Formats: sequence, C-alpha cells, structure tokens
Amino acid sequence: MQSVVSQPPEVRSRPGLRISPKLAPYVFVAPAFILFLIFMAYPIIYSFILSLQTNRDGEQVWHGIANYTRLLGDELFWKALFNTFIVLVIQVPIQLGLAMLLAVGLNSKILKGRGFFRAVYFLPAITGLAAASVIFRILFADPDGIVNSFLSIFSFGPVHWSLDEFWNRVLLILVITWRWTGYNMVIYLSGLQAIPTDLYEAAEVDGASKSTQFFRITLPLMRPIILFTTILSTIGTLQIFDESYLLTNGGPNNSTLTVGFYLYRTAFRQADFSYASTIAYGLLIFIAVLSFLQFKFAGNEEN
Amino acid sequence: MSVVTSNTRPQVVAQTGVRRRSTGQLLRRSLMYLVLILGAFLSLFPFYYMFMASTLRKDDVLKQPPALFPSGQLFDNIGRLAKDEQLGLGEGIQNSLVISVIFTVLTVLISSLAGYAFAKYKWRGRNLVFFLFLATLMIPNQVTYVPLFKIMAGGNPFDLNWLGTVQAVILPGLASPFGIFLMRQSMSQLPDELIDAGRIDGAGEFGIFWRIALPVMRPTLAALSIFMFQSQWNSFFWPLVAQVNTIPTRIGALSGASIIDYSGIMTVTSLSVLPLIIVFLLMQREFISGALAGSVKG
Repeated sequence: MQSVVSQPPEVRSRPGLRISPKLAPYVFVAPAFILFLIFMAYPIIYSFILSLQTNRDGEQVWHGIANYTRLLGDELFWKALFNTFIVLVIQVPIQLGLAMLLAVGLNSKILKGRGFFRAVYFLPAITGLAAASVIFRILFADPDGIVNSFLSIFSFGPVHWSLDEFWNRVLLILVITWRWTGYNMVIYLSGLQAIPTDLYEAAEVDGASKSTQFFRITLPLMRPIILFTTILSTIGTLQIFDESYLLTNGGPNNSTLTVGFYLYRTAFRQADFSYASTIAYGLLIFIAVLSFLQFKFAGNEEN
Repeated sequence: MSVVTSNTRPQVVAQTGVRRRSTGQLLRRSLMYLVLILGAFLSLFPFYYMFMASTLRKDDVLKQPPALFPSGQLFDNIGRLAKDEQLGLGEGIQNSLVISVIFTVLTVLISSLAGYAFAKYKWRGRNLVFFLFLATLMIPNQVTYVPLFKIMAGGNPFDLNWLGTVQAVILPGLASPFGIFLMRQSMSQLPDELIDAGRIDGAGEFGIFWRIALPVMRPTLAALSIFMFQSQWNSFFWPLVAQVNTIPTRIGALSGASIIDYSGIMTVTSLSVLPLIIVFLLMQREFISGALAGSVKG
C-alpha cells in the first residue's frame, strides 16, 4: 500500500473517456449485470417456466404442476437423492473427520516438513473431477486393477467395484474422499492457526491433557468453520455429476446415479427439457432446505 | 518471552514425570508421523499411477502381475492419440487453453469492476443488485444448464447457434457471483484517501480504478485468477453439454469408448493435471488462498 502512496502513478486520462463519478458505478457494474441477466437470471426463470410445461408434438404447452407430481412419484429421482444421501451421511463425516485429524497433526509446532505435507494433501484438490474419476476407474478396475491386486495379497476379493452395488458406492465415496479431504484440511488448518496459542498454554498450566484441550478449546472455536465446511460438502455432494458419469456411469442398478446425472440423462439423452428442469428445481429445493436445516440446527445448539 | 515461560513451567511442575511423559510424547509423535506419511502416500499414489500408466503399452496397464514402474511408451501413446482424428485431442488442448485464459482474464476484470462499484461508490439500487448476485450463490449451476443449452442451440428469443464454439463455454460463467463478492470484500479495504488523491490529481474514474485500485489488489487478483483458471480448466459438465471439445471432454470421450485405451486415457489425464501441478508448485500460496476464498462457493 505504501508504494502506491509514495509514487503517485500517472493517472491523468484522456478527456474524451471521462465518466462522471455519479455515472461511474453504473458503467462499472454494467458488464457483470448484463451478463448476469442473460446467463443467470434469465435461465433461472426460463428453467422454472420449462418445468411448468411439456413438449407435445414438438410444441411447448402448459402442463401445470404435473411435472412436479410426476417428480414426487418418480422412483429414479428418489433413488438418486437416496444415493446422494448415503454419500452425505457416510462420506461427509469421514472426510471432515480425516481433514480435522490431519489439520491438527499439521498444526503441531514440533512437526517437521509441515509445508511439504500441506502441499501433498492439497494436491488432489487441484485435480479435475473428470481426471480423478478416470484415474480411480483404472485403479479400481474389476478384476485386474491394482487395488484388487493389492487386496489379493490378503486373499481378499477380487472386489467387483463396478458390478456390486455396495462396493460401487464405496468406490464413489473413496474418490470423493481423496479429492476433497486435503481441501477441507487446508480450511481447518487456517482456522486452527487463528486460535491464540496462549489459550493452550493456559490449559497446559492448568494440567489439561491434549485431548481435553482438543474437545474444550479447539472444537468449540472451530464450530463455525466446521458448520461452514459441512454446508459446503452438502451442497457439493448434492451436485455430484462428473464422478457418477465417468467413474461409475450411474452404477449397477443405478446405485450411484446422482441427481445431476439423472438431470443430464433426462435433458440430453431423452431430450425432455421440461422434466429435466423440474428435476433441477427439485434439487434446488433440497439444497435450500438442507442448508437451512444445518444453519438452524447449528444455531439452536449455540443457545 | 512467552515461549520461554511456557517451556520451562511444565518441566518444573512435572519434574518426576519427565521420563514417562517423554516416552508418551515419542510414541504420540511417531504415531502422528505414521498417519501423516500414510496419508501422503494415499494422496500421491493416484498421481504416480497416472503418470506411470501413461508410459505403458495400452494392453499392459491391467496385466497381471500389475505394472508398478514406468516404461518407455509415452511418446507412442501421444502419437497414437494425436493421429486419432475422431478424438481431436489437438483441438481439445487448444480450446482448453483459449477458453481458460480468455475466461480468466475477462471474469477477473468484470468481477473487479463490479466489486469496485459495490465497495467504493454509493448509488441507487446498489443493495438490490448486490443482493441479486448474492442470492445466486446459493443456486446450483445445474439449474441453468438446460436453458443455457437452449439459448446456445439457437432457441427463442436468442438465435445464437453457438453449440460447439468457445464463446458458448466462456460467456455463461463470466459474471461470477463469487468473484464479485470476493473483489467487493477486497476493494472495501482500499483507503478512500487514495481515491480522493487520484481525483485531486485530475484522474478519471476509470483511471483511478485501473492505476490505483487494481495494482493494490494484486494478491487477491492472483488468487482469484488461479481459482478461475483452475475451475474452467477442469470444467466438464457444461463443455460436454455445449458440445465443445476440451481436454476434460476428451477424457470423457476416451472413457466412453467400447474398447478402452487405458494408457491413452492416462496420457490425456496427465496432460490435464500436469499444468495445474506446475502452477501449484510455483504459486502455492496464491493457489491455496484462492481455494480458501473459493470455499465460499465450493
């Protein structure tokens, strides 16, 4: 900041291009706002209109809430939500727990190579989900992938990762855990580093053990960040697409079909744009409700 | 000072327990290293396997016993992929680069301008417009894909016919609520005195933004640029729908083939991951702060 003050840059501009300070904010926000209207606001509204229509002989006609009643009775939609829900309930706690464990480990002052470990754990988070999906597809190939070869050392398997519903879900959970644990770890680590060290020093003097310190100091102070990562993971999980498409292709008997993939299939394989828009709005409602509940739940416990 | 007191005090208190305490500490420390090293291995192994498999003959990837070390087939694999005209890998690489670079430059500029307008000016409608941007942060992108496809395909009221073109991928995400939000936060820390000084010096409003505000924002701009580049470079769903040939959609095309070219897929995947690894190693700090800021949208 100081460098700016000490050497005032050449800021005189040509008089022709001058905008008055009154008009300037409108001009500056205009590109974003126009793009927003065309590519965000309009599609959101258009999508809702589509969800109230249906295609009859190539013509869009009004359909009332019939698509929504269809959605409520659509087993595949519920199955996709259920699949996502399983990932949410099992994967998110595992991932966030692991992330916290690693973050606490890395936050330790006595640890050597902290920067190295942080970089290594973060590395999966720079990978594209498409890339991660196909890497895991080959690692977990059935029956000849290297993971099955490794398991066979212990006389386990071969595990039918792509044929067995249970193991197919495990596979989906594994790839998500690999891709996101380090990301959450970095978020936690930055939170841990913001906790004043004299809190721990005082606890040490009082004779509190490390685990007491963790549960009495670390966890309570990290609550907002944990809530934040939980909501992020929830929203992210509900929107999973790449992994379902590229890693499991929906899985055997749709065991890893996600709402995103179901939406894609409905819109771009069956060309049913209206019903696909209904699925999108169904997803939107679920995300809104879950985020609200998580906020509410966390808010209530606070009191 | 405080370090000294905190180090000496427990020793004085626990004089008798020193031995027991240090073995416990040693055990705990070893266990911690063990967990961390195991985690590092699990984190890195898929990368190693990807690079390793890209150097194998295509039938050797899943052979038994499994290959664990690189072989010399990388250039053969690249040659085979380059010759595959249906795949269009060359075009995919070019598109990915063009799209990611143009998108990043434009979205960072648009976000900065809007963020500056929100942070540094008082104007009618400011809160309403900002609320509109903010509200869409909560809306999943997937809601917009069907209408966007119809827009790009040339449906009413736009007659664009843009499927398969780079602008179909670049345009929709340019007004990024996350980018605007981040730049507004960052711009609000810019001292008003700097702006006033610029006005006294006779600078125009855009000149103040360009020559005073933006240079101060450099760390945020770097983090935002990396975040935007990475998300566009890795993007799969929308380029797939918009029928644009990019590196991720080439990965998709290869993995959808009836007979899968395993070392070919791993070669393209390496190509997709390697540039990001290099950027990450060079600019780790910006990368991570971009991710931390990006955690707003996830």
